Amino acid sequence: MTSLPDNPSGKQLGLVIDLDTCVGCQACVVSCKEWNTGGYPAPLTDISPYGPEPLGAWLNRVHSYEAGEGAAGRTVHFPRSCLHCAKPDCVTVCPTGASYKRAEDGIVLVDEDLCIGCGLCAWACPYGAREMDPGEKVMKKCTLCVDRIYNENLPEADRQPACVKACPSHARHFGDLADPESEVSILVAARGGYDLMPELGYQPSNKYLPPRASRAQEDGRMLEDAKPEGGFLGWLDDLLSR
Amino acid sequence: MIDRPLDTSPKVADEVKYSTCYMCACRCGIRVHMKDGAIRYIDGNPAHPVNKGVLCAKGSAGIMHQLSPAKLRKPLKRVGPRGSGEFVEIEWEEALATAADWLGAIRRTDPKKLAFFTGRDQSQALTGWWASQFGTPNHAAHGGFCSVNMAAAGLYTIGGSFWEFGEPDWENTRYFLMFGIAEDHDSNPIKTGLGRIKERGAKFVSVNPVRTGYSAIADEWLGITPGSDGLFVLALVHELLRAGKIDADYLLRYTNAAWLVIQDPESGDHGLFARDAEGRPLVWDRAQDKIATAEVCSESAALKGERTLPDGRKAKPVFHLLAERYLDPCYAPEAAAERSGIPAETIRRIAAEIATAAFDSDLELDQPWTDSAGKRHKTMRGRPVAMHAMRGISAHSNGFHTCRAIHLLQLLLGSVDSPGGFRYKPPFPRPIPPGQKPAGKPGQVKAGEPLPGPPLGFPTSPEDLLVEADGSPVRIDKAFSWEAPLSAHGLMHLVIRNAWAGDPYPIDTLFLYMANMAWNSAMNTAGTIEMLTDTDPETGEYKIPRIIYSDAFFSETVPYADLILPDTTYLERHDCISLLDRPICDADGVADSIRQPVVELDRDVRPFQDVLIDLGTRLGLPGLTKEDGATKYPGGYTDYLVNHERKPGIGSLAGWRGENGESEGRGAPNPKQLERYIEKQCFWRHELAPEERYFKFANRDYLETAKDLGLIDAAEPIVLQLYSEPLQRFRLAGEGKGPLPAPERHRERLADYFDPLPIWYPPQEDEVGDATSFPLHAVTQRPMAMYHSWGSQNAWLRQIHGHNPLYIPEGVAKEAGLEDGDWAWVTSRHGRIKAPVKIMQGVNGHTLWTWNAIGKRSGAWNLSADAEESQRGFLLNHLIDELLPERGSGYRYASSDPVTGQAAWYDLRVSIEKAEGDSAQSAPRFATLTLPGLPEPPAVSRYGAKDSRGRKRP
Repeated sequence: MTSLPDNPSGKQLGLVIDLDTCVGCQACVVSCKEWNTGGYPAPLTDISPYGPEPLGAWLNRVHSYEAGEGAAGRTVHFPRSCLHCAKPDCVTVCPTGASYKRAEDGIVLVDEDLCIGCGLCAWACPYGAREMDPGEKVMKKCTLCVDRIYNENLPEADRQPACVKACPSHARHFGDLADPESEVSILVAARGGYDLMPELGYQPSNKYLPPRASRAQEDGRMLEDAKPEGGFLGWLDDLLSR
Repeated sequence: MIDRPLDTSPKVADEVKYSTCYMCACRCGIRVHMKDGAIRYIDGNPAHPVNKGVLCAKGSAGIMHQLSPAKLRKPLKRVGPRGSGEFVEIEWEEALATAADWLGAIRRTDPKKLAFFTGRDQSQALTGWWASQFGTPNHAAHGGFCSVNMAAAGLYTIGGSFWEFGEPDWENTRYFLMFGIAEDHDSNPIKTGLGRIKERGAKFVSVNPVRTGYSAIADEWLGITPGSDGLFVLALVHELLRAGKIDADYLLRYTNAAWLVIQDPESGDHGLFARDAEGRPLVWDRAQDKIATAEVCSESAALKGERTLPDGRKAKPVFHLLAERYLDPCYAPEAAAERSGIPAETIRRIAAEIATAAFDSDLELDQPWTDSAGKRHKTMRGRPVAMHAMRGISAHSNGFHTCRAIHLLQLLLGSVDSPGGFRYKPPFPRPIPPGQKPAGKPGQVKAGEPLPGPPLGFPTSPEDLLVEADGSPVRIDKAFSWEAPLSAHGLMHLVIRNAWAGDPYPIDTLFLYMANMAWNSAMNTAGTIEMLTDTDPETGEYKIPRIIYSDAFFSETVPYADLILPDTTYLERHDCISLLDRPICDADGVADSIRQPVVELDRDVRPFQDVLIDLGTRLGLPGLTKEDGATKYPGGYTDYLVNHERKPGIGSLAGWRGENGESEGRGAPNPKQLERYIEKQCFWRHELAPEERYFKFANRDYLETAKDLGLIDAAEPIVLQLYSEPLQRFRLAGEGKGPLPAPERHRERLADYFDPLPIWYPPQEDEVGDATSFPLHAVTQRPMAMYHSWGSQNAWLRQIHGHNPLYIPEGVAKEAGLEDGDWAWVTSRHGRIKAPVKIMQGVNGHTLWTWNAIGKRSGAWNLSADAEESQRGFLLNHLIDELLPERGSGYRYASSDPVTGQAAWYDLRVSIEKAEGDSAQSAPRFATLTLPGLPEPPAVSRYGAKDSRGRKRP
C-alpha cells in the first residue's frame, strides 16, 4: 500500500479536453510520445517497430468510435490519458511505493526505480490510463510533462504539456483545477465540463468538455420567392430599380 | 517518506534549429531541438505564420521518419530483371555520368523522349524550369492525380483556389461549408480554424459521404452520395436566385455578370463576349441606356435584357443567362434530392441558413479602403459565409464543374474575399486565368534546345493546345490535348500507360521523383507493374526502355527503376518554399520559407535539387551553364536558390533581396540571403496593411503592393468570371466552329463538357458501368495522422494506422451478410480485391470507404514481409481502371475529368460479397520485394533511452 500525501498543497494540475473540437488528428498522441520517450519516463519502448503487430508504450491515446443512432449519431474522438485523480487507487494499491501522488501539484507519477512491474495499478485504474512499457516491464503513465511545466531551460510559453502545445484545434487546456479562478476552471464552469465516471469515486482531475449544441437555424425560416407573380425578370426589375 | 529525486528542469537541448516540416504538404514551421548530436524532439514554431506553434501527429513523428531503416543509402544500378530487387551500389560519379549519358543522347536527338514527372515535391519551380531548359514538354508534378480540378476551376473563375491557396475568414465567418475530404492540405490551419469558429459560435456544415475527422465535429453532417455535390450546390444556387438572395452590387462591381454574351447560334463567336475594337467587353449601361465598355467597380450596367449590338446581333448579359439556367426547375432541390441523398427540405433549409448568414449579417469592418476605380470606401462590408473544398470534389470526373459551381455560389453571395468569406492568400488573386501558356507546340520542341516557356500553363483557346497538325497530342500524358484541354497540372496517372503503349509515341527514359507510381499513386496498380516490366517480344527490351528514379526511401517503385538516385530526408537538406511555386502566404501576409539541414548526413545520398543542378550542368542546359560550359551555380542548389533570377530581380526567395538584404520581393541577389533566413527562423513574411486585406481583386493598394513585390506584373483589377469564355471557345471547337475546330472524334465530348456556366453530370463511371452490377460507390479518406505512403513505414504512425478496414454502411452489411471482422470481396468492372470489413453508421448508405495509402506491398519500406500493412492492409487502386471502356468510336478516354484530365479516383463503382473460408489476408497479393544495402530493422526501439537523466537511483 502506498499512501496519498497527507498535506496536499491545494493545487491540482490537470487537463481540460474539449470534445467539441477534437478532430481525432492524433497530434497530442504523437507529441506526447515524442517528448516522453526522451523525457521523465524515457524510453517509451516500441517492440516490433517495423514488423508485425508493433507494440509501443503510449501515455496518451485517442479512441475514435461512433455513438448514438441515426440523426443523433456522432463520431467521437476521445483522448485518454491519466486523469490525475484526487483519490487514485492506482497509487494506494501500489505495493512498493512506486506510484505516488505529488503533494505540491497533485500529479500522479511512477517512480520507476521502485516499480516491479506487477501491474496492480493498471488493474486498479478504471480508465485504462496506465501503460506497461513492453520493453522495460515497468509502468509508464502521463506525467503532465512534469519535466516541461517547471522547466527553466524552456521559454515560459513552452512550459505546458507537449500535448497541449501541439493540439492544432486547441482542444486541450492545462492548469490548476483546484483554483476556481484559473482559466481552466472558468472554462469548465462555462462549458459544463464533466468528470469521467464520477460514480466510481476516484474524483478525476482532468475534465472533458461536451460537444456544443448544434447550431440549426432556430426559426426554421425558408426562403420565399422574390417575386412569385413576376418571375425572374420581375424580380430583377425590382432589384435594379433601386 | 520516500526520497524521490526528480529534476523538473532537465536540459533539453544543446541547440535549437529552425526549419520547415515536410511530413506533409502543410509546410509548418518547426523547431528541431538537438541534444548530444541527435534530435531530442521537434515541435511547432510559435512565430511561424502557418502553424503558430502547433504541430500535427506527422510532424511530431519526424524523428521516426529520420530513423527509418528504409532510407536509401547509396546510388543503385539495376543488375537483375525489373522488380527482382537485384541492384548493385555504385558511386555518384557513375550514377550521374550514366544519367547524363542517357539524357544527353535524348536531348541531342528528340528531347520529348524524356518524360520527367515528380511527385509530392515542393520544388516545382526548379523542376518545371529544368524540364523547360532540357526542352521536353513531358513534364508535370503529381497535380493531375491530386487536385488539379480545384486549381483549374479556381484559377479560371476567381483567379485563386481553395487548396492551401486561400482560407476561410476564420475570425469573421458565421457559416462554414466544407465539401468532401480536406484533411491533407493546409491541415493545421484548418484544424485551428475549426476550433476558432466553433469557439466563436459560427455554424460548421460538412458535406462528406463519411463522418470522420473534421466532419465529426461539424454542427451538421450531410452524408452526400459521392459525385453529386454539384447537384446539391446548384440546387442551393437555384434557391438563392429564386429568393433574390444574391449580392447584385458585388456581381456588378467585381464579376462579369453584366458582360454581354453574343447570341448568334450559327456563328463562330456565339457565346463569346461582345467586345469593342480594342477587345474590351461590352455591357448595357443603364444610366446612358446604351452599349458601353465594361468598367470594373461600376454598378451602372444592366444584369438583364436582350440587347442589340452595333453589328445588329443580339446579346444578353451573363447574369441573365445564368439566372435563366439555374431558375429552371431541373435545378430545384427536389431534383437533386434523390441522387445526392440530401432531402429537398434540408437543401432548402441550408439555402435559407446561408442567405441569413450572408445577408442578415451586420458584419462590416470599420476599415476604409480604395477600389481599383479610385473610389474610397469607408468600410468593408461582410458576407460571412465561407466555403472550402478539396479532394472529395476534385477526384471526380465532374470535379471541375462542381468546383466552379461552388465558386459560383460564393460569387452570388458576394463572399469571395469579403469579410467573413473565402479569402485569397497572395500571390492570389492572379489574372483569370494566369497568363502563362504551356510550351511545347509543334516546332517548339527541338533537339538540343530549351522550350520557349514552361511546360505547364493555362490555355484559353484551342490555339493554345499542344497538338500536332493531325490533332494528336504532343505530350506523352496527352495533357493540353483535345482530350484534356485545361490539364494545367498534366496527367501523371497516364504517363506509364501511355509510355508502355507507345501512345502517342514511345519514349526513351522515364525520370520520376518521389512518386510511388508502382503502388498507391497508380490506378490499376497490378497492370502498372506489368507495364513497367513488359518487354517487346521481338527485341526483348523493356517497353519503357529506361527508368531513373529518385526517392529517399525503399518505396514499392524503387525495384522497377534501372538507376536510383537516392534523395535525403527533409531534415538533411536545403529546400525553398517559394512564391514561384507553393508559398506559405496567409490572407494577411506574403511569406516564403526555407529548410536547412539540421541533421548531418550519414549516408551516401544527395538532395534531389543538387542532383538536378549537377545533371543539368553535365547536360549543358543553358540556364545552368555559362557559355564556356562551366556551371553557373558551383555551390549547387543553395547557390541557385540565392543567385538564380527567374526575371530580373525576382528569384526563388523574396525576403532580404538586394545586395545588402534591403529589398523585399524584387531586388538583386543577396549573397547573405540564406543566412538571413536562418537568422529569422527560416521564413520571411510581409504583412499586408489593413486596407489591403479584402477585395484583393479590385483593391488598389493591395494590387500595387502585389506588383511591387513581384507577385503580379501589373496592378490591374481582376474581374471574376462567372461565365468562362475560354470554356466556350473549346465548346465552339467541339461544334466545329472557331479558328481551330476539333477533330471529329472529340467534338461531341467538347460540346458536352465545355459549358461556359457550371453544369452537373454524373461521374463517368456511373454512365459506363452497369448500375445493377456495381451499385455502390467506393472512396478513400486521408487520415490526419498519415500522408503519402511513407507514413506507414513510420514506427510511430504505423501503430496508429497499421491497417485499413473497409468501412461499410449497416444496410450494405446486412444485405451481404457481413459482420465486423469478416472479409469481403469487392469487385469493380476492372478488378477485385479482398479486404477486412468494419460496419459504420456515419457513412452514406451507398458508399464504402477506407483510409488512403495504408496498404503496402510485402517487403517494401523495409517493413517485415509479414507486416500488417501488407497482410491486412489493402489498396482500392486495384479496382480503378485508368481508362474508360471503349466509346462508339472504339477509343478509350482516360478515367479523368474531361476538362482538366484530373484523375477520377472517386468515380469508382463496386459490388461487395462475403469472402467465405479464405485466409485472413488481403488480396491481390504480390511477391515480396527486396533491396540490397539496407540495414536490418531493429526488433526493439528505445529512442530517447540515453536521454534519461539523473532520475534513476544509484
